[in-house]
Amino acid sequence: MKILAIIPAYNEAENIRAVLEDLRSFRGDLLVVNDGSTDATAAVAKSHGAHVISHPFNLGIGGTVQTGLKYAHEQGYDLAIQFDGDGQHRGDQVFKILDLVLRGEADLVIGARTLPGGYKMGITRWFGSRIFHCLIKFLSGKTIEDPTSGFRCYGKKTIRLFSRFYTDDYPEVESIITAARSGLRVVEVPVLMRGRLSGNSSITRRKSAYYMLKVTLAMVVDAMRGRQPIGES
Amino acid sequence: MDWTKTVSLALSVGIFAFVIWLVRERRLREKYALLWLSTSLFLILLTVSRRLLEVAALSIGIYYPPSLLFLVGVLFLLLVGIGHSVTLSRLSESNHNLAQEVALLRKQIEDGKAKDDKPS
Repeated sequence: MKILAIIPAYNEAENIRAVLEDLRSFRGDLLVVNDGSTDATAAVAKSHGAHVISHPFNLGIGGTVQTGLKYAHEQGYDLAIQFDGDGQHRGDQVFKILDLVLRGEADLVIGARTLPGGYKMGITRWFGSRIFHCLIKFLSGKTIEDPTSGFRCYGKKTIRLFSRFYTDDYPEVESIITAARSGLRVVEVPVLMRGRLSGNSSITRRKSAYYMLKVTLAMVVDAMRGRQPIGES
Repeated sequence: MDWTKTVSLALSVGIFAFVIWLVRERRLREKYALLWLSTSLFLILLTVSRRLLEVAALSIGIYYPPSLLFLVGVLFLLLVGIGHSVTLSRLSESNHNLAQEVALLRKQIEDGKAKDDKPS
Protein backbone atom coordinates (compact mmCIF):
# COMPACT_ATOMS: atom_id res chain seq x y z
CA MET A 1 0.00 0.00 0.00
CA LYS A 2 1.43 3.38 -1.08
CA ILE A 3 0.96 6.17 1.42
CA LEU A 4 1.73 9.85 0.95
CA ALA A 5 1.92 12.67 3.46
CA ILE A 6 0.98 15.97 1.84
CA ILE A 7 2.53 18.90 3.67
CA PRO A 8 1.27 22.27 2.40
CA ALA A 9 3.82 24.98 3.16
CA TYR A 10 3.99 28.69 2.49
CA ASN A 11 7.07 30.42 3.90
CA GLU A 12 7.57 27.76 6.56
CA ALA A 13 11.36 27.44 6.31
CA GLU A 14 11.59 27.80 10.09
CA ASN A 15 9.00 25.15 10.88
CA ILE A 16 9.39 22.65 8.07
CA ARG A 17 12.50 20.98 9.49
CA ALA A 18 10.73 20.19 12.77
CA VAL A 19 7.62 19.04 10.91
CA LEU A 20 9.59 16.61 8.74
CA GLU A 21 11.48 15.34 11.78
CA ASP A 22 8.17 14.85 13.54
CA LEU A 23 7.15 12.58 10.65
CA ARG A 24 10.38 10.52 10.84
CA SER A 25 8.55 7.35 11.71
CA PHE A 26 5.84 7.87 9.07
CA ARG A 27 5.74 4.78 6.89
CA GLY A 28 5.17 6.49 3.55
CA ASP A 29 6.50 9.22 1.28
CA LEU A 30 6.69 12.83 2.37
CA LEU A 31 5.63 15.51 -0.11
CA VAL A 32 6.03 19.18 0.68
CA VAL A 33 3.89 21.33 -1.60
CA ASN A 34 5.56 24.71 -1.61
CA ASP A 35 2.97 27.35 -2.44
CA GLY A 36 5.24 29.94 -3.99
CA SER A 37 7.26 30.60 -0.84
CA THR A 38 9.74 33.45 -0.93
CA ASP A 39 11.98 31.83 1.69
CA ALA A 40 14.04 28.64 1.72
CA THR A 41 11.08 26.30 2.38
CA ALA A 42 11.72 24.17 -0.71
CA ALA A 43 15.48 23.89 -0.16
CA VAL A 44 15.11 22.97 3.51
CA ALA A 45 12.46 20.37 2.69
CA LYS A 46 14.62 18.83 -0.05
CA SER A 47 17.66 18.65 2.19
CA HIS A 48 15.54 16.66 4.64
CA GLY A 49 14.70 14.10 2.02
CA ALA A 50 11.14 15.12 1.24
CA HIS A 51 9.67 15.26 -2.25
CA VAL A 52 8.98 18.88 -3.12
CA ILE A 53 6.54 20.39 -5.59
CA SER A 54 6.74 24.15 -5.99
CA HIS A 55 3.96 26.31 -7.38
CA PRO A 56 5.15 29.06 -9.72
CA PHE A 57 3.15 31.51 -7.58
CA ASN A 58 0.90 31.50 -4.53
CA LEU A 59 -2.36 29.62 -5.05
CA GLY A 60 -3.68 29.44 -1.50
CA ILE A 61 -4.18 26.47 0.79
CA GLY A 62 -6.88 24.82 -1.36
CA GLY A 63 -4.80 24.77 -4.52
CA THR A 64 -1.79 23.57 -2.51
CA VAL A 65 -3.53 20.60 -0.96
CA GLN A 66 -5.11 19.82 -4.32
CA THR A 67 -1.72 19.77 -6.05
CA GLY A 68 -0.66 17.16 -3.50
CA LEU A 69 -3.83 15.16 -4.16
CA LYS A 70 -3.31 15.41 -7.93
CA TYR A 71 0.22 14.08 -7.42
CA ALA A 72 -1.11 11.27 -5.23
CA HIS A 73 -3.67 10.44 -7.90
CA GLU A 74 -1.14 10.48 -10.76
CA GLN A 75 1.41 8.42 -8.84
CA GLY A 76 -1.19 5.86 -7.78
CA TYR A 77 -1.09 6.35 -4.02
CA ASP A 78 -3.76 4.43 -2.11
CA LEU A 79 -3.94 6.84 0.75
CA ALA A 80 -2.84 10.35 1.59
CA ILE A 81 -2.72 12.37 4.75
CA GLN A 82 -2.66 16.14 5.01
CA PHE A 83 -0.23 17.39 7.61
CA ASP A 84 0.20 21.15 8.01
CA GLY A 85 3.66 22.61 7.49
CA ASP A 86 3.34 25.01 10.40
CA GLY A 87 3.88 22.48 13.16
CA GLN A 88 0.33 22.37 14.55
CA HIS A 89 -0.14 18.72 13.73
CA ARG A 90 1.64 15.97 15.63
CA GLY A 91 3.38 13.02 14.06
CA ASP A 92 2.40 10.78 16.98
CA GLN A 93 -1.29 11.37 16.16
CA VAL A 94 -1.11 10.30 12.51
CA PHE A 95 -2.05 6.68 13.27
CA LYS A 96 -5.38 7.91 14.60
CA ILE A 97 -6.51 9.40 11.28
CA LEU A 98 -4.93 6.60 9.20
CA ASP A 99 -6.61 3.72 10.94
CA LEU A 100 -10.18 3.84 9.58
CA VAL A 101 -9.06 4.46 6.00
CA LEU A 102 -6.50 1.63 6.20
CA ARG A 103 -9.21 -0.71 7.40
CA GLY A 104 -11.47 0.42 4.55
CA GLU A 105 -14.08 1.82 6.91
CA ALA A 106 -13.86 5.47 5.88
CA ASP A 107 -12.95 7.52 2.79
CA LEU A 108 -12.20 10.80 4.51
CA VAL A 109 -11.09 11.09 8.13
CA ILE A 110 -10.87 14.42 9.92
CA GLY A 111 -8.73 14.83 13.02
CA ALA A 112 -10.83 16.95 15.37
CA ARG A 113 -9.62 19.13 18.21
CA THR A 114 -12.93 19.77 19.90
CA LEU A 115 -13.86 16.23 20.83
CA PRO A 116 -12.92 14.95 24.31
CA GLY A 117 -9.15 14.80 24.41
CA GLY A 118 -8.78 17.74 22.05
CA TYR A 119 -7.80 21.31 22.87
CA LYS A 120 -9.55 24.69 23.21
CA MET A 121 -9.64 27.07 20.25
CA GLY A 122 -10.15 30.85 20.10
CA ILE A 123 -13.66 32.26 20.46
CA THR A 124 -13.94 33.50 16.83
CA ARG A 125 -12.85 30.19 15.47
CA TRP A 126 -15.12 28.34 17.85
CA PHE A 127 -18.11 30.44 16.77
CA GLY A 128 -17.38 29.92 13.06
CA SER A 129 -16.86 26.26 13.68
CA ARG A 130 -20.29 25.96 15.33
CA ILE A 131 -22.03 27.65 12.40
CA PHE A 132 -20.29 25.36 9.93
CA HIS A 133 -21.12 22.41 12.12
CA CYS A 134 -24.83 23.26 11.85
CA LEU A 135 -24.66 23.95 8.11
CA ILE A 136 -22.94 20.64 7.43
CA LYS A 137 -25.47 18.85 9.58
CA PHE A 138 -28.30 20.53 7.69
CA LEU A 139 -26.87 19.96 4.20
CA SER A 140 -25.36 16.52 4.53
CA GLY A 141 -26.66 15.06 7.77
CA LYS A 142 -23.12 14.57 9.08
CA THR A 143 -22.07 15.58 12.56
CA ILE A 144 -18.62 17.16 12.30
CA GLU A 145 -17.40 18.94 15.42
CA ASP A 146 -14.26 20.48 13.92
CA PRO A 147 -14.97 21.13 10.24
CA THR A 148 -12.07 23.57 9.80
CA SER A 149 -9.40 21.08 10.83
CA GLY A 150 -6.75 20.46 8.18
CA PHE A 151 -5.47 17.26 9.77
CA ARG A 152 -6.98 14.72 7.41
CA CYS A 153 -6.67 11.35 5.78
CA TYR A 154 -7.88 10.72 2.24
CA GLY A 155 -8.72 7.32 0.81
CA LYS A 156 -8.25 6.48 -2.85
CA LYS A 157 -11.75 7.53 -3.93
CA THR A 158 -11.46 10.82 -2.07
CA ILE A 159 -8.08 11.51 -3.68
CA ARG A 160 -9.69 10.98 -7.07
CA LEU A 161 -12.70 13.17 -6.31
CA PHE A 162 -10.71 16.03 -4.78
CA SER A 163 -8.11 16.04 -7.54
CA ARG A 164 -11.02 17.22 -9.70
CA PHE A 165 -13.13 19.28 -7.32
CA TYR A 166 -11.41 21.24 -4.60
CA THR A 167 -11.83 24.91 -3.93
CA ASP A 168 -9.02 27.51 -3.78
CA ASP A 169 -9.61 29.40 -0.60
CA TYR A 170 -10.93 27.99 2.66
CA PRO A 171 -11.52 24.50 1.30
CA GLU A 172 -11.87 22.58 4.57
CA VAL A 173 -15.58 22.93 5.15
CA GLU A 174 -16.65 22.76 1.53
CA SER A 175 -14.66 19.61 0.90
CA ILE A 176 -16.59 17.79 3.63
CA ILE A 177 -19.84 18.57 1.84
CA THR A 178 -18.37 17.62 -1.55
CA ALA A 179 -17.25 14.26 -0.18
CA ALA A 180 -20.47 13.57 1.72
CA ARG A 181 -22.63 14.46 -1.26
CA SER A 182 -20.63 12.11 -3.48
CA GLY A 183 -21.48 9.29 -1.13
CA LEU A 184 -18.07 9.02 0.50
CA ARG A 185 -17.84 8.04 4.17
CA VAL A 186 -16.68 11.03 6.20
CA VAL A 187 -15.62 10.23 9.76
CA GLU A 188 -14.17 12.36 12.51
CA VAL A 189 -11.71 11.18 15.15
CA PRO A 190 -10.33 13.07 18.17
CA VAL A 191 -6.67 14.06 18.02
CA LEU A 192 -4.19 16.12 20.01
CA MET A 193 -2.64 19.22 18.45
CA ARG A 194 -0.05 21.82 19.34
CA GLY A 195 -0.12 25.59 19.19
CA ARG A 196 1.81 26.99 16.23
CA LEU A 197 5.61 26.75 16.34
CA SER A 198 6.10 30.18 14.75
CA GLY A 199 4.33 32.62 12.42
CA ASN A 200 0.64 33.46 12.27
CA SER A 201 -2.51 31.64 11.29
CA SER A 202 -3.67 32.32 7.75
CA ILE A 203 -7.12 33.28 9.01
CA THR A 204 -7.24 36.73 10.54
CA ARG A 205 -10.32 38.17 12.18
CA ARG A 206 -10.87 40.52 9.24
CA LYS A 207 -10.85 37.66 6.81
CA SER A 208 -13.08 35.44 8.85
CA ALA A 209 -16.25 37.34 7.92
CA TYR A 210 -15.45 36.79 4.26
CA TYR A 211 -14.61 33.19 5.07
CA MET A 212 -18.02 32.61 6.65
CA LEU A 213 -19.96 34.20 3.81
CA LYS A 214 -17.97 32.57 1.06
CA VAL A 215 -18.19 29.10 2.54
CA THR A 216 -21.87 29.46 3.34
CA LEU A 217 -22.66 30.55 -0.21
CA ALA A 218 -20.53 27.76 -1.66
CA MET A 219 -22.26 25.15 0.48
CA VAL A 220 -25.76 26.35 -0.26
CA VAL A 221 -25.07 26.47 -4.00
CA ASP A 222 -23.41 23.09 -3.83
CA ALA A 223 -26.58 21.69 -2.31
CA MET A 224 -28.43 22.83 -5.45
CA ARG A 225 -26.08 20.85 -7.67
CA GLY A 226 -26.63 17.22 -8.45
CA ARG A 227 -24.46 14.58 -6.91
CA GLN A 228 -20.87 14.89 -8.11
CA PRO A 229 -19.65 11.66 -9.71
CA ILE A 230 -16.33 10.52 -8.25
CA GLY A 231 -14.84 10.09 -11.72
CA GLU A 232 -12.69 7.63 -13.60
CA SER A 233 -10.00 5.82 -11.72
CA MET B 1 -30.56 68.88 -36.50
CA ASP B 2 -30.33 70.43 -33.05
CA TRP B 3 -27.19 70.79 -31.01
CA THR B 4 -27.98 68.01 -28.50
CA LYS B 5 -28.63 65.61 -31.28
CA THR B 6 -25.36 66.48 -33.03
CA VAL B 7 -23.34 65.98 -29.87
CA SER B 8 -24.94 62.65 -28.95
CA LEU B 9 -24.64 61.41 -32.52
CA ALA B 10 -20.96 62.36 -32.58
CA LEU B 11 -20.44 60.54 -29.29
CA SER B 12 -22.21 57.36 -30.42
CA VAL B 13 -20.37 57.28 -33.73
CA GLY B 14 -17.14 57.98 -31.85
CA ILE B 15 -17.67 54.96 -29.58
CA PHE B 16 -18.48 52.81 -32.57
CA ALA B 17 -15.32 53.90 -34.38
CA PHE B 18 -13.22 53.44 -31.23
CA VAL B 19 -14.38 49.82 -30.83
CA ILE B 20 -13.66 49.07 -34.49
CA TRP B 21 -10.21 50.62 -34.06
CA LEU B 22 -9.53 48.47 -30.95
CA VAL B 23 -10.40 45.33 -32.88
CA ARG B 24 -8.23 46.43 -35.79
CA GLU B 25 -5.31 46.90 -33.39
CA ARG B 26 -6.03 43.44 -31.93
CA ARG B 27 -6.58 44.93 -28.51
CA LEU B 28 -10.15 43.74 -28.29
CA ARG B 29 -11.48 40.35 -29.27
CA GLU B 30 -14.30 40.21 -31.80
CA LYS B 31 -16.32 38.22 -29.32
CA TYR B 32 -16.48 41.13 -26.87
CA ALA B 33 -16.49 43.77 -29.58
CA LEU B 34 -19.85 42.54 -30.85
CA LEU B 35 -21.45 43.41 -27.55
CA TRP B 36 -20.06 46.94 -27.56
CA LEU B 37 -20.76 47.50 -31.26
CA SER B 38 -24.40 46.51 -30.89
CA THR B 39 -24.75 48.96 -28.04
CA SER B 40 -23.29 51.85 -29.94
CA LEU B 41 -25.46 50.99 -32.94
CA PHE B 42 -28.48 51.00 -30.67
CA LEU B 43 -27.43 54.38 -29.30
CA ILE B 44 -26.96 55.79 -32.82
CA LEU B 45 -30.39 54.53 -33.79
CA LEU B 46 -32.06 56.16 -30.79
CA THR B 47 -30.22 59.42 -31.38
CA VAL B 48 -31.16 59.65 -35.03
CA SER B 49 -34.81 58.89 -34.51
CA ARG B 50 -36.36 60.54 -31.49
CA ARG B 51 -39.65 59.07 -32.64
CA LEU B 52 -38.28 55.55 -32.13
CA LEU B 53 -37.22 56.37 -28.60
CA GLU B 54 -40.62 57.78 -27.79
CA VAL B 55 -42.51 54.85 -29.23
CA ALA B 56 -40.24 52.35 -27.47
CA ALA B 57 -40.52 54.16 -24.13
CA LEU B 58 -44.27 54.58 -24.23
CA SER B 59 -44.84 50.99 -25.32
CA ILE B 60 -43.34 49.76 -22.04
CA GLY B 61 -45.03 52.44 -19.98
CA ILE B 62 -42.17 54.94 -19.56
CA TYR B 63 -43.59 58.45 -19.91
CA TYR B 64 -40.30 60.32 -19.97
CA PRO B 65 -38.53 58.79 -23.01
CA PRO B 66 -34.93 59.69 -22.07
CA SER B 67 -35.20 57.48 -18.96
CA LEU B 68 -35.39 54.55 -21.33
CA LEU B 69 -31.85 55.46 -22.38
CA PHE B 70 -30.70 55.29 -18.78
CA LEU B 71 -32.51 52.03 -18.20
CA VAL B 72 -30.99 50.42 -21.28
CA GLY B 73 -27.57 51.80 -20.37
CA VAL B 74 -27.64 50.51 -16.81
CA LEU B 75 -28.97 47.10 -17.79
CA PHE B 76 -26.34 46.79 -20.47
CA LEU B 77 -23.50 47.71 -18.12
CA LEU B 78 -24.83 45.21 -15.60
CA LEU B 79 -24.75 42.44 -18.19
CA VAL B 80 -21.26 43.37 -19.34
CA GLY B 81 -20.10 43.38 -15.70
CA ILE B 82 -21.53 39.95 -14.98
CA GLY B 83 -20.08 38.70 -18.24
CA HIS B 84 -16.64 39.90 -17.18
CA SER B 85 -16.95 38.20 -13.79
CA VAL B 86 -17.80 34.96 -15.56
CA THR B 87 -14.78 35.34 -17.83
CA LEU B 88 -12.57 36.15 -14.85
CA SER B 89 -13.77 33.09 -12.97
CA ARG B 90 -13.04 30.90 -15.96
CA LEU B 91 -9.61 32.44 -16.41
CA SER B 92 -8.64 32.07 -12.75
CA GLU B 93 -9.77 28.44 -12.88
CA SER B 94 -7.55 27.72 -15.86
CA ASN B 95 -4.72 29.79 -14.38
CA HIS B 96 -5.01 27.71 -11.21
CA ASN B 97 -4.94 24.44 -13.14
CA LEU B 98 -2.01 25.60 -15.26
CA ALA B 99 0.04 26.53 -12.19
CA GLN B 100 -0.58 23.09 -10.68
CA GLU B 101 0.23 21.41 -13.97
CA VAL B 102 3.51 23.36 -14.26
CA ALA B 103 4.44 22.40 -10.69
CA LEU B 104 3.64 18.72 -11.25
CA LEU B 105 5.53 18.63 -14.55
CA ARG B 106 8.55 20.32 -13.00
CA LYS B 107 8.54 17.65 -10.30
CA GLN B 108 8.45 14.95 -12.98
CA ILE B 109 11.37 16.53 -14.80
CA GLU B 110 13.38 16.81 -11.58
CA ASP B 111 12.67 13.18 -10.73
CA GLY B 112 13.71 12.15 -14.25
CA LYS B 113 16.94 14.12 -13.97
CA ALA B 114 17.75 12.67 -10.57
CA LYS B 115 17.35 9.19 -12.03
CA ASP B 116 19.61 10.05 -15.00
CA ASP B 117 22.29 11.49 -12.73
CA LYS B 118 22.58 8.28 -10.75
CA PRO B 119 25.24 6.03 -12.31
CA SER B 120 23.52 2.85 -13.46
